Amino acid sequence: MTHRGDRTLAAAGLARVEGEGGMYVRVSDGQVEEVRLDIYEPPRFFEAFLAGRAYTEPPDITARICGICPVAYQTSACWAIEAACGVSLPGPLGDLRRLLYCGEWMSSHALHIYMLHAPDFLGYPGAVELARDHREIVERGLALRRVANSLMELVGGRSVHPVNVRVGGFYRAPSAAELAPLADQLRRALDLALDTVRWVAGFDFPDFSCDHELLALREPGRYPIERGTLISSEGLEFTAAEFEQHVLEEQVPHSTALHARLAGHSGSYLTGPLARYTLNSQWLPPAAAAAAHEAGLGPSCRNPFQSIIVRAVEIVCAIEEALRLIEGYQPPASPFAEAVPQAGTGHGVSEAPRGVLYHRYELDSAGIVRSARIVPPTSQNQAAIQEDLRGFVQDRLDYDDERLTHECEQAIRNYDPCISCATHFLTLRMDRE
Amino acid sequence: MTGAPAAARRRVVVIGIGNEFRRDDGVGPEVLARLQERADPVQAGPVQADPVELVSSDGEPASLIEAWTGAALAVVVDAVLADPPVPGRLHRLALDRLTTDVRPVSSHGLGLGEAIGLARALGRMPDRLIIHAVEAADVGHGVGFTPAVAAAVAPLTAAVLRDLP
Repeated sequence: MTHRGDRTLAAAGLARVEGEGGMYVRVSDGQVEEVRLDIYEPPRFFEAFLAGRAYTEPPDITARICGICPVAYQTSACWAIEAACGVSLPGPLGDLRRLLYCGEWMSSHALHIYMLHAPDFLGYPGAVELARDHREIVERGLALRRVANSLMELVGGRSVHPVNVRVGGFYRAPSAAELAPLADQLRRALDLALDTVRWVAGFDFPDFSCDHELLALREPGRYPIERGTLISSEGLEFTAAEFEQHVLEEQVPHSTALHARLAGHSGSYLTGPLARYTLNSQWLPPAAAAAAHEAGLGPSCRNPFQSIIVRAVEIVCAIEEALRLIEGYQPPASPFAEAVPQAGTGHGVSEAPRGVLYHRYELDSAGIVRSARIVPPTSQNQAAIQEDLRGFVQDRLDYDDERLTHECEQAIRNYDPCISCATHFLTLRMDRE
Repeated sequence: MTGAPAAARRRVVVIGIGNEFRRDDGVGPEVLARLQERADPVQAGPVQADPVELVSSDGEPASLIEAWTGAALAVVVDAVLADPPVPGRLHRLALDRLTTDVRPVSSHGLGLGEAIGLARALGRMPDRLIIHAVEAADVGHGVGFTPAVAAAVAPLTAAVLRDLP
């Protein structure tokens, strides 16, 4: 293979939606010298677009950044603006926020597992081919999403770009009677989710481990979903307000995206399911904890290929949590807490399906957004993905380009780069010298 | 108010795919908004026909399939990128359950084509699927249509209406 010079390999189907991106690998004398990845579009347009808008608008506007995780954007935006306004969310409204977020986890994880990730393990080019041979399996994934969408429609008003979320809570809170039939659906979905864990636990996983520092939220006593403070596997602990002191984004020469690193720590870090699980597995609710154990997961998981198991376990967790929240639901006295704007800056974090999502808004006394900052999980993970790919490619240099491209795509899919932010085509360019 | 039994009703859904923060890509949601404006006064009066469902979508295949499963007619409105491009040009493609494989290309990558493939594999195609597409000039970040696409919104909406019962 050393006789080949520059080669350009194009592969479609890593992700959808507009954008340009690719992966570049340079190999010299049998050593991977360089791996560059450009899979992600930063939300700069939205940050600029938000300046000058009313403080009530970011939840709706930022929800349009990502079709797959609008609730995450709404939630982080709400926390940040509520913090700037000095308003805290009463318990029942916080519970509703978590309930809505559970729906998004279910929907996003089911989509990734069934439509994008599982076909890789089963040797299918995509979900269409998987469905031709295993219709009932794909139907199970769609059934999970249907329940998730029912939850998001009831609590969020809509499943795509929920319209019922506002700063301080919701426009309308559901009644206990409305939530009851949803609980029935969720109980049935719990079985589907447990079947999903067993199914994916049976896949073959390459022996691969990453040693990145892991960053996730923590909320002692429960698995972090919609809120928490930040912790890392190297002992960092900080609040949303301190996020920008600890997470630095740097321009790298070959990419429009910024690369994130933790201040004072060398190397890249990872956020998302592996980090959440490894830093918080002790807080999983009982059925999710049992499912994780049955699937062979220990208290931590550092094999990115096994993130599919963690996602499946997190679906179980989200359903259990949703059921618990519905069971204890008391409609709030008011569907929202009044947030009176004041001059100041607020920060918000939540665990988007792909990892920590940070928002910061600076408001003036009239409630006009002066500046906005959004740091999505995929931008934080880009450097870590790149580093993993370097080792991954190094171990597979004897593969031909087609196979290597395909396996790199699979390796990238382990991290579930946001398909709304990520690129349409993965183009691999490989120079073998 | 006692019309045909629910089971005999013919479900009709219009699905607008797109993102209004991606310039011309927002044409699907815009057509939905125009249909909604037309529908509102009608709904205030005596209900004659079953209302047409309007669904906003990001084009993700599983969501599209959910939206059109069980429909007698699904009309999808989307922006497409063509090469060579004629921004504003309208396309209409009608598929029934028996149409052989076709892979429409949308600005959402393989989303729509994948959705059709998946729906076929799962037996979840609507009885009839009509795709209305307009060629986009700019799907980068931003709001507002390019002139050619702005001019196409009215004829596109009219074309969608002609397909509705």
